[in-house]
Amino acid sequence: MYGNAYVENTGNNNSLTAGEDPVKLAEFEARIAAGEKIEPQDWMPKEYRRQLIRMIEQHAHSEIIGSLPEGTWITRAPGFRRKLALMAKVQDEVGHAQLLYSACETLGKSREDMINDLINGKSKYSNIFNYPAVTWADSAVIAWLVDAGAIINQLTNSKGSYGPYCRALDRICAEESFHLKYGHDNVVFLATGTPKQREMVQEAMNRWWAPLMHFFGPSDKISQHTETLMKWKVKMASNDDMRQQFLDMYVPKIWDLGLTVPDHNLKKNEESGKWEYTEPDWEEFKRVINGDGPCNKERLAVRRMAEEKGRWVRNAILKKDARYVAPLA
Amino acid sequence: MELTERHVEGLKELLYKMADDLLILGHRNSEWTGLGPVLEEDIAFSSMAQDKLGQSLALYELLHELGENIPDIVAFTRNDNQFHNCHLVEMPIGEYDFSLARHFFFDHADAIRFAMLENSSFEGISMVSRKFRGEIKYHTMHADVWMKQLSHGTEESKARMQSAINAAFPLALGIFEEGEYEAELKEAGIFEGEAALKNQWLEKVNNELKKHGYTLPDADDVTPALGGRKGFHTEHLQPLLNEMSEVFQIDPGADW
Repeated sequence: MYGNAYVENTGNNNSLTAGEDPVKLAEFEARIAAGEKIEPQDWMPKEYRRQLIRMIEQHAHSEIIGSLPEGTWITRAPGFRRKLALMAKVQDEVGHAQLLYSACETLGKSREDMINDLINGKSKYSNIFNYPAVTWADSAVIAWLVDAGAIINQLTNSKGSYGPYCRALDRICAEESFHLKYGHDNVVFLATGTPKQREMVQEAMNRWWAPLMHFFGPSDKISQHTETLMKWKVKMASNDDMRQQFLDMYVPKIWDLGLTVPDHNLKKNEESGKWEYTEPDWEEFKRVINGDGPCNKERLAVRRMAEEKGRWVRNAILKKDARYVAPLA
Repeated sequence: MELTERHVEGLKELLYKMADDLLILGHRNSEWTGLGPVLEEDIAFSSMAQDKLGQSLALYELLHELGENIPDIVAFTRNDNQFHNCHLVEMPIGEYDFSLARHFFFDHADAIRFAMLENSSFEGISMVSRKFRGEIKYHTMHADVWMKQLSHGTEESKARMQSAINAAFPLALGIFEEGEYEAELKEAGIFEGEAALKNQWLEKVNNELKKHGYTLPDADDVTPALGGRKGFHTEHLQPLLNEMSEVFQIDPGADW
């Protein structure tokens, strides 16, 4: 999992480059156009740095917050095989946070500052983790479909322009593909299992459909991306394009298992090749991302508790003068 | 030598207590996922949890070969009075200081135990013990590094670790609670016994702690937490088992 970071669409193209040296800016944009990667020591526009910090930081936060709803099922996983696999999966996610915080530190913000902003509510994480994983089947649906969505998002972003982020994403995607297999296998067992198991997984599917549709961010109709961010390869694909890709890859697989999706309007328009669906409730999306979801308070409270309880350990190992700026990937 | 019924019972007793220790501690260590003091410690505790769980599975498989039920049934359907783990491993994770002290005491004991068992006359045990060696080496290394770091950290970290050592030590002595078949196991060359293990362990942990300026309480001055090996547990084990088997028990016959 889990990253889907929303690029902030504030400001027009001009304000993004205001005050930048035109010669350096032109060289920078030419390098990106030529497919080169930007590295930590290279010159970059202030807004490029700011947007990347926001995006990578959100992605990193999503990994650690995302480990909470799944983590609660590690201690309940049925049988050795699932228990071992889920431990390894969630451990991977925490490892992704480590990779991503390290990538973000190369842009000048320390891990500590990022985590402080997370628990202060100043920076966001993926909205999907503000929903509860009610049963074991929810954890299976998360591992399959949330990770599937994340792979679509991350493969797209791995072709972006910032070297440390792209390389971290390449490594992350390799692990995600195992998570997807784990999640799918888990859902298959439930969907082809006893009536109780089928009921559990269908209910989980019903619960997770709306958050999954929200996952890629607001519709292009209401969320215009700025051309500059596309040109800088910070934003790589539109939210709707990624959503279409997700529906195309996974709805047939869901139906194959005899499961249904709680949207009667969902169908593929064979002429346009596009999926049609009931427009997700973007008001709810906004409400949840701004703190009023079913689990926002709980997630942040748990994270805050972990930070507070661990402070004495961090103080004991802190090297005050050290700066960690070398990317892990 | 030909194994008598009592030898086989002793062997099972040994396997059960080792497997149960590893299952329960693996479960506890996994509770750190997402909650560690630094990300790297979440990841380390998760790695160790996976190793412990894998090791317990290997031991339950040996028990299955001796006629016990399959590992999933053995692990996910027993009640606390059928578990033979020591009290040390069933205690809640508490704060990081307690989890680290427990990890330090338990893993040094397990490293010595499995080193002893590499020469066991029972081939199944000697084989898995050799296999576990490569994993446990990193567990003790991890514990030692952190005991050292926190002794040289702040006054608070040193004081907290010393308190955690004091609190975990009586529990750790419960690891060596003797079973009914110590003599038979020794006679058959299966295991040298808890007393021998305890002596080696005391020397090892005492030396290691002294290096970093900690003090190990005198074993004669504390009351070891006994009873776990005989199925008598603290109030913490049954809730853990209820949680662990919550999904499995929805339908133990189902494929999950």
